[in-house]
Amino acid sequence: MRDTSSLRKRLKKYKWLLIMTFPGIVYLFINNYIPIYGVILAFKNYNYVDGIWGSEWTGFDNFKFLFNSQDAYIITRNTFLYNIVFIVLNLVLAVLVALLINEIKDKAISRFYQSTFLLPHIISMVVVAYLVYSFLNVDSGLVNKLLIKWFGAEAISWYGEPKYWPYILVIVNGWKNVGYLSIIYFASIIGIDKEYYEAAKIDGASKWKQMTRITIPLILPVITTMTLLAVSGILRSDFGLFYQVPMNTGALIPTTNTIDTFVYRAMIQSGDIGMSTAAGFYQSAVCLVLILTANSAVRRINKRDALF
Amino acid sequence: MLKEMSPKKWIAASSIHLFFWAFTVASLIPFILVFMVSISSEDSIMQNGYSLFPSQISFAAYQFLFHDFSEIAKAYGVTILTTVVGTIVSLLITSLFAYPLSRPELPFRRTISFYIFFTMLFGGGMVPWYITYVNMFDLKNTIFAMIIPNLLLSAFNVLLMRSFFASTIPESVIESATIDGASELKIFFKIVVPLSLPIMATIGLFNTLSYWNDWYNCMLFIDKPELYNIQYLMTKTLTNIQYLLMKSNSSAQVGDLLATMPRETVRMALAIVGIAPLLFAYPFFQKYYISGITTGAVKG
Repeated sequence: MRDTSSLRKRLKKYKWLLIMTFPGIVYLFINNYIPIYGVILAFKNYNYVDGIWGSEWTGFDNFKFLFNSQDAYIITRNTFLYNIVFIVLNLVLAVLVALLINEIKDKAISRFYQSTFLLPHIISMVVVAYLVYSFLNVDSGLVNKLLIKWFGAEAISWYGEPKYWPYILVIVNGWKNVGYLSIIYFASIIGIDKEYYEAAKIDGASKWKQMTRITIPLILPVITTMTLLAVSGILRSDFGLFYQVPMNTGALIPTTNTIDTFVYRAMIQSGDIGMSTAAGFYQSAVCLVLILTANSAVRRINKRDALF
Repeated sequence: MLKEMSPKKWIAASSIHLFFWAFTVASLIPFILVFMVSISSEDSIMQNGYSLFPSQISFAAYQFLFHDFSEIAKAYGVTILTTVVGTIVSLLITSLFAYPLSRPELPFRRTISFYIFFTMLFGGGMVPWYITYVNMFDLKNTIFAMIIPNLLLSAFNVLLMRSFFASTIPESVIESATIDGASELKIFFKIVVPLSLPIMATIGLFNTLSYWNDWYNCMLFIDKPELYNIQYLMTKTLTNIQYLLMKSNSSAQVGDLLATMPRETVRMALAIVGIAPLLFAYPFFQKYYISGITTGAVKG
């Protein structure tokens, strides 16, 4: 009795604070929670006439169809392998760059480098696609011109050969993201108390020892968080990277199709709502399991580094 | 300064700078290449391909683009409108959402926080999301489709702002304002917002960039060419250069124009026209952007 009346009092007192949150709550309800409910489409044979409610139930047919096709395996493999390479390579390079920026004592120069490395991160994937095209365009792209001029090699039809794209996409992804990640790591390096280094210097520790014994262990929480986030999204992919940069070329699909591009093409090009919802649900569900598992694993090792 | 160093240190310091110069060049060269192609003459492209050092400079591509600028101007209009409206509304909703969560007295505080956090863990996927907006809210082919879906509120930004409010707004200030009889809304707009300009600038900048760079919503929700934003116009033109011509000309004219237009260079000139505003603005906002990422890393 007393609890409800005190709650009522608090509700009345902080009524305006609650009202302030309404637009945000309504927005998330529309943008995030209604679509979660829409996942039932994965168990239906959707048609526009009957809508979400009226379409007939088909049980797990959409999932059966998805997993019986070759596609499910290929898109899962592609998404997974690309992410593994991205995570490892970007982490190593970004930490290396962050450690080196920290060695630059001149603030102005250090700022200049940081803002240049960040430039690729702020442009859209459409612009990236243009930049890549200027290098790889068959007839006049810079790479083919240099191949012919310097090595006497034949021009390569980059947009027709799927086998080169794993390398191209890894390079493009690194180009776009390493600078950004390195600034995050650099920010946590500056946060380290200078006394550690002074003590190490007195003990005669070399620069290398200072990096490996002080800096890296002390930024490990940030590395853990970033890696945890990346691993939990291992079945997600940057749609723009895999759709815009290969310019949606059919010939490149074997090596550039990921779950996200597959879902988009299944919906827009084949109009298969049920199956594309099923693929999206499969992705979300695996990601949820992964983040919960990864988080509880980290929690067991060191509670403070866990996300939640 | 370098002279005072021992040779070993000097080598270490210069190899770091060498490494960074290589990195800088790698970051910038693609932009320079696109620019150089855009000011090359079509003949020099035919002969030598794309080159960082064009053998013949020509502004024909830009003349071609500016000759009939209406398509590009329209697309820029859409981009600017959605960016301005989106950023302002988004900033308002985000801060109104984040501020109450930073107050320990808020009823249902944990429930609401979880409600936000859960959207970062699980989602229904793109298809139900798309159908929600198209079937339930009829956003297809409206300007709202480039403002509302996904872009208007980011759970991450709400949590970022909440920790800023919690750590920088002194409780005593809010308390004394309450005692003076100020309403919660008045406290928010008159006290909290003016004290939070740094985080407002940061989140505003993040929003501006995501609206400016958006092509995904335009691709999904917009079929009408007159509603295309600049990013999506660029997407269309990259795969099909004729796209720029088709809308404003009759088919006979298109044939003539196609024969005379400097195809390769026009494409790259459009890329430059499309990124120029961002590149010009970058030196002015990069400082805030970097500090924004940094606060995100430390607090988030």
